[in-house]
Amino acid sequence: MTMTPTTLKVNGKDVRMTLDPRTTLLDALREHLHLTGTKKGCDHGQCGACTVIVEGRRINSCLTLALMHDGDEIATIEGLGSADKMHPMQQAFVTHDGYQCGYCTPGQICSAVAVLEEIEAGIPSHVTEDLNKVAYSDAEVRERMSGNICRCAAYPNIIAAIRDVAEGDKA
Amino acid sequence: MKAFTYERAASPAKAAEAAVANPGAKFIAGGTNLLDLMKLQIETPTHLIDVNRLGLDEIAATRDGGLRIGALVRNTDLAAHKAVRRDYGVLSRALLSGASGQLRNKATTAGNLLQRTRCPYFYDTTKPCNKRKPGTGCAALNGFNRNMAIMGTSADCIATHPSDMAVAMRLLDATVETITSDGTKRAIPMADFHRLPGNTPDIETALAPGEFITSVVLPKPLGGTHIYRKVRDRTSYAFAVLSVAAVFDKQGETRFAFGGLAHKPWRVEAADALGSRGAAAVAEAALAGAKTTEQNAFKIDLTQRTLAAVFAQKEA
Ligand SMILES: Cc1cc2nc3c(=O)[nH]c(=O)nc-3n(C[C@H](O)[C@H](O)[C@H](O)COP(=O)(O)OP(=O)(O)OC[C@H]3O[C@@H](n4cnc5c(N)ncnc54)[C@H](O)[C@@H]3O)c2cc1C
Ligand code: SF4
Ligand code: FES
Ligand code: FES
Repeated sequence: MTMTPTTLKVNGKDVRMTLDPRTTLLDALREHLHLTGTKKGCDHGQCGACTVIVEGRRINSCLTLALMHDGDEIATIEGLGSADKMHPMQQAFVTHDGYQCGYCTPGQICSAVAVLEEIEAGIPSHVTEDLNKVAYSDAEVRERMSGNICRCAAYPNIIAAIRDVAEGDKA
Repeated sequence: MKAFTYERAASPAKAAEAAVANPGAKFIAGGTNLLDLMKLQIETPTHLIDVNRLGLDEIAATRDGGLRIGALVRNTDLAAHKAVRRDYGVLSRALLSGASGQLRNKATTAGNLLQRTRCPYFYDTTKPCNKRKPGTGCAALNGFNRNMAIMGTSADCIATHPSDMAVAMRLLDATVETITSDGTKRAIPMADFHRLPGNTPDIETALAPGEFITSVVLPKPLGGTHIYRKVRDRTSYAFAVLSVAAVFDKQGETRFAFGGLAHKPWRVEAADALGSRGAAAVAEAALAGAKTTEQNAFKIDLTQRTLAAVFAQKEA
């Protein structure tokens, strides 16, 4: 095993690390940078708890190696906002009680922020009737958020929170 | 995960060279299948060749009116590409029915084609599996085989290929373009790309060791109505139990390809020709020679009914 240096841009700051090549992006964030907002649920791409935004796109940080992201811009829940300066999506989750235990929440919020951008960018989904007419609907959000599992089943409130932000964006 | 060394490839030819120079090497693209399997020590590469920054992320028109899709184009981008949405709707639909938004943002065209089976015994390293460990037997034959293949199976393996995208690529007669370490390029038709299990279920494709996929080419558009219908145990974020890809083109020609039936996307010429006779005729031709188990015999009815739904959707 060769320890390998790498630099990630995490929440706007360059961070240099020397890593075992096996280190996933998720473990680099949690174990090396102590950004423990991002959660490990399944470690196999099945739950979405580890969702972060890399170069503007949401991905599962458990199924990618940190070394593959040398130089990449990474946004985690810590970068979206803080307790006293919440991102609108964080605020909406609080307002609507979009969680119970909160374990899936950082992943839900990162995913939700990206979902609204994907709809805005006209990226279709499985439930989009006309592939060329992409518009917000609760059905679209449900389908697009299916990669984020919530064992507490806070789904209705998660949808309400996302709807709120989407409507706010339009206003 | 077993330890490995890591390098970033400088060009497609260099990637192929590195793969030949390091037996036990694997290319890593999105990593969404490979890393999953490495964590379970089902895949144990000793060297990883990262092919993510080779610039193979473009979709371009070909001279004969088709599209050349770079091997590293992400599933999200392929599904959302303007020309794909307009001219190859069945491909957009197949991609969008697979995995999750997060996974599609990472998964690549080549990686998707090469993803490995979801047979539960392939994943369970305490069980015999000829695909994972040749010669150990097949635990699925007399095990939980509800979701296993019914077409083209062998006594050594009854696994299915899990990709949705590959079914659409097969339907559209796509071609896989590759390069080897000595710079040789070749084009493999999708019909010949994936193999049936036979007595070597561990060999899944026509690729030679170290052969690197550079792109996938779609022939010129067929026009007509494109449908991808996926049946699964939950309505999102689940692999297919069965899927049907269909094109009803403007000349009245039809073609059908199936996921969830075989070790490769399943397509039968005789079935393509029977589109005008309806779902039952197409299903009968497509399923000729089916070999079912008690648990997966339902896939025969399910194929007929899914085809009937596809025909109804076409009329709607
Ligand atoms: C929870 C979950 C649900 C999923 N659901 C679905 C689903 O419903 N439908 C579906 O179709 N898929 C599904 N998938 C699978 C997903 O589509 C695949 O994991 C993905 O497409 C693989 O692409 P990748 O780029 O990440 O491949 P990687 O994991 O990077 O690579 C896969 C294989 O391809 C090889 N490879 C990669 N690029 C090349 C190249 N250019 N040349 C030669 N070899 C190469 C690698 O060496 C490796 O062996 C799911 C996955 C997960 C984790
Ligand atoms: S069906 Fe194939 S993959 Fe599954 S246990 Fe048998 S040999 Fe292994
Ligand atoms: S921890 Fe990454 S998807 Fe579950
Ligand atoms: S709030 Fe508990 S898992 Fe979602």
